[in-house]
Amino acid sequence: MAFVPYRPIPVALAISLGAAVWALVLVGWMWLTYGGRVPEMFLPAPGKVLMTAGRLIADGSLMMHTAASAQVVLVGFVISSIVAVPLGLYMGTYKAVQAALDPLVNFIRYLPVTSFVPLFILWIGIGIEQRVSVIIFGTFFQQLVMIADAARSVPRDLVNAAYTLGTKRSTTVRHIVFPASLPAVLDILRVTVGWAWTYLVVAELVAAKSGLGYISLKAMRGFQVDIIFLAIAMIGILGLITDQGFRLLRRFVAPWAV
Amino acid sequence: MTQSADIAVSSVTLRYGSGEKTVLALDGLSLDVKPNEFAVIVGPSGCGKSSLLYLIAGLEDRTGGAITVGGQSVDGPGPDRGMVFQSYTLFPWLTVAQNVAYGPRRRGLGEDERNRLVRHYLAEVGLAGFADHYPAQLSGGMKQRVAIARALANDPAVLLMDEPFGALDSQTRHAMQRLLLRVWDHSQKTVLFVTHDIEEAILLADRVFVMSGRPGQIRKVLSVDFPRPRLGDIVLDPAFIAMKREIMGLLRADEEGED
Repeated sequence: MAFVPYRPIPVALAISLGAAVWALVLVGWMWLTYGGRVPEMFLPAPGKVLMTAGRLIADGSLMMHTAASAQVVLVGFVISSIVAVPLGLYMGTYKAVQAALDPLVNFIRYLPVTSFVPLFILWIGIGIEQRVSVIIFGTFFQQLVMIADAARSVPRDLVNAAYTLGTKRSTTVRHIVFPASLPAVLDILRVTVGWAWTYLVVAELVAAKSGLGYISLKAMRGFQVDIIFLAIAMIGILGLITDQGFRLLRRFVAPWAV
Repeated sequence: MTQSADIAVSSVTLRYGSGEKTVLALDGLSLDVKPNEFAVIVGPSGCGKSSLLYLIAGLEDRTGGAITVGGQSVDGPGPDRGMVFQSYTLFPWLTVAQNVAYGPRRRGLGEDERNRLVRHYLAEVGLAGFADHYPAQLSGGMKQRVAIARALANDPAVLLMDEPFGALDSQTRHAMQRLLLRVWDHSQKTVLFVTHDIEEAILLADRVFVMSGRPGQIRKVLSVDFPRPRLGDIVLDPAFIAMKREIMGLLRADEEGED
């Protein structure tokens, strides 16, 4: 029953399967730590991580560093998206825009973001602007290419139908390409915000005085693996929240695309 | 309501590509459709009949010749030439009502007038109860009915139809043909309808233009004089069958000529 290709499964089964895999990971973790199979210095027990979480929540530092990180991701991601969405739509619609941008974008897209961190530190310093720049640099070009692809795959006859109904060529992007690619654009934003979180840690590991990447690095120096675990878990939770947020947003602004 | 217009196509040539790989899709094709006429182009696939429709719609550029609709030379697409496509082209982000109101909205009509048009044309195609549905919730036949309503609500001078029922099952197709004839009777628009289905062509048309392919030309024009409304039994009428046979013969001769 559950193993027929593509056949939907009951919600209860889906939830229990997901929970079972999580439980398996937790049990494995406990087996390794409480069983004394790995030194605590390298892998703290779940209870230890929870206790540390309690301590850092109580003194407010977890919230402070999480907020600092979230701010960097949010600012970088929003700036990147505000430019990438319209530019990508025009790039996918107009061959001239594509011809102009494609060679440069595809060159930059394959450069590792990390290699630019020293450059950004030299140019911008080690303030929040530097971290935001890393996020923008890491997400913008990927977004651009993916959104251009989405715009390009709008069916030609949808645009043709719009012309025969009086749509002007100059408003095609606004009236047709944008709404037609909206569900795909929201999916692209959902995927790329996840990448923004990964670049965040890169930025914070090198130059920051606050944030989850920063406390991880500091914890490494003091062999406080529990704090590293906590920082990783926070990033995972925030990623989960943003992901669900985009799913909700998609259902809200594009209810017609299931 | 806009006066329905005539369509005049004279010596139109369409060439794709350049250099050695050039393909001559249409070669000096001419045809005239009178105001209020229901004209059908029938031809084998790849004969350029759809391309001709796209040229009249202004969605493609002709290589040579002249096309006028209502005396106006065709130069790019415009709302005076409504079109129903073979693929489903309803805007998926708009409800059925919003789809029908799209053209009137672009023309700047007020909300009351738009709502009146939506009610009228959805009733006309029998979908009054589906105004708030999204296209994804409709069957193929219903989508094409909305597409017809959407094209007519914009009050075009001519209605171009590119195998609109080609993707439908035969039962739905027959229902759609009857519906289209009824709607056409009410609206009295000039219709140019493209199909590869000979029976559909005779059932619908005042005149059938039989096309031959590669390069596309009009091979013969037949007047269809069966009285309207043409009911289901008519396809069994000996005169109907004779006409069907004649068109089949013309299309077959074309195929053999290619070998």
